[in-house]
Amino acid sequence: MTTLRRATPAGLWFLLLAGAAGAQTRRDLILATTTSTQDTGLLDSLVPRFEQTCRCRVKTIAVGTGRALALAARGEADVALVHAPTLEERYIAQGKFVGRRLVMTNDFVVLGPEADPARLRGAKQVDDAFRALAQGKAPFASRADSSGTHLLELDLWRQAGVEPKGPWYLEVGQGMGATLRIASQKGAYTLSDRGTYLAQRATLDLAVLFEGAPQLLNIYHVMLPNPDSFPQVNVPGGRAFADFLVSPETQEFIARFGTARFGQPLFTPAANRREEDLGRRAA
Amino acid sequence: MDLILRGVRHAFELLLRGDPQVMEIMWLSLRVSGLATALSLVVGVPLGVLLGLRRFPGRTLVLTVINSGMGLPPVVVGLVASILLWRTGPLGFLDLLYTPSAIVLAQFVLAAPVVAGLTAAAIQQLDPRLQVQLAGLGASRLQTLRALLHEARLPLLAAVIAGFGAVISEVGASMMVGGNILHYTRVLTTATVLETEKGNFDVAIALSVVLLAVTFCVTMVITAAQQHGTERR
Repeated sequence: MTTLRRATPAGLWFLLLAGAAGAQTRRDLILATTTSTQDTGLLDSLVPRFEQTCRCRVKTIAVGTGRALALAARGEADVALVHAPTLEERYIAQGKFVGRRLVMTNDFVVLGPEADPARLRGAKQVDDAFRALAQGKAPFASRADSSGTHLLELDLWRQAGVEPKGPWYLEVGQGMGATLRIASQKGAYTLSDRGTYLAQRATLDLAVLFEGAPQLLNIYHVMLPNPDSFPQVNVPGGRAFADFLVSPETQEFIARFGTARFGQPLFTPAANRREEDLGRRAA
Repeated sequence: MDLILRGVRHAFELLLRGDPQVMEIMWLSLRVSGLATALSLVVGVPLGVLLGLRRFPGRTLVLTVINSGMGLPPVVVGLVASILLWRTGPLGFLDLLYTPSAIVLAQFVLAAPVVAGLTAAAIQQLDPRLQVQLAGLGASRLQTLRALLHEARLPLLAAVIAGFGAVISEVGASMMVGGNILHYTRVLTTATVLETEKGNFDVAIALSVVLLAVTFCVTMVITAAQQHGTERR
């Protein structure tokens, strides 16, 4: 019992000290972001570089884009790195964010079993591809988690004029990595950002069956929440991180990232480009 | 099969080499879950003793609440704790969300009912004549308490093992209130989830082996303490 009694103050002290430490480093930065930036390993490389310059701690919360934007919009994060332009614009229109800058791009690809039962390889337009998928010849694994990838997938079904419904449509409700694995195991098709796919290709039985359409461009923006209603938001920290992402050094790092391990870069830096030009280029 | 073997081999390499990242994550897991268990003992043992020894109105209700608390889902605790600890939430001023302390807090909530419930059961199953006898020998209340706790030490240490086992293995609450932040709140379970998500199965298996080894070692120490001296009687 004596050891127990000695443990009491020690334990409470830890909590108090930890709380005090938390208060001291109030300028900790909370970054809400999408799973793709973490699952590819990009953030694990970028964040320590930023931490050295800002002498602060970045708390990276990797969730889907939907949740990342929702968190930042209510002042629970100081900066967001996301990839769902339509949703981002909606939040901007509501005045929930005050800054939005283009950071990088890669593209989405439609993956599926090598045998390609839905014959996606012959599709000319992305609409044709999604109409072929909707015939249900093979299962399709949907993220179904309000992530940027999921929101784009829903747009693509809508544009193709089909409703994804039926036993072939699997709503997985998990991150990109888990969804890729489920698709691979079930012989299903799925939509993925190229970066996550390249980073995990070795463990997957999935091939790229449709790519290159302008609609499949994947655009990452850094967003700064509107601090007006949330005084807790670390405004200078968020801005410093956004500046860091679009700085020439970071952009150069992004351009090289992944080359050593995957033979090709996973992202294309885009800080100096305009969104309209990007769309035309990809087309 | 090949994958599992590779994972296990990788695990031993990481352990033998003392891989700094794995060691860091392991120590954090141990510290956080150990502290949460210690705090749950501080609250749970007195509460359990009280419930085991005293009879008062509403006691059955309290016991029922505590016993249901033994099955508290970690994700529910994680969600409620997150909402409370949000910057805009009622406890936001503490600035605890996404810190190791937040994980300790959530795990404490998970372990405390286990410890309290099992302690109450342990005290209640003692022979009631023991208390009478101790009173007859003129023992003070503190001495009585010590004697009772000593008598119940086998199930009490089982309560410690159960509490620690519940928190070292949970992932839902740690993920939600900790945020799985590298070098800060990434514990063994959340790291395993992440490495699986990234497709690094060998690392994920290695982390699982480390987790099992840690749990085994801690349980071994407590079990040794529990069994110490039992041969004599």
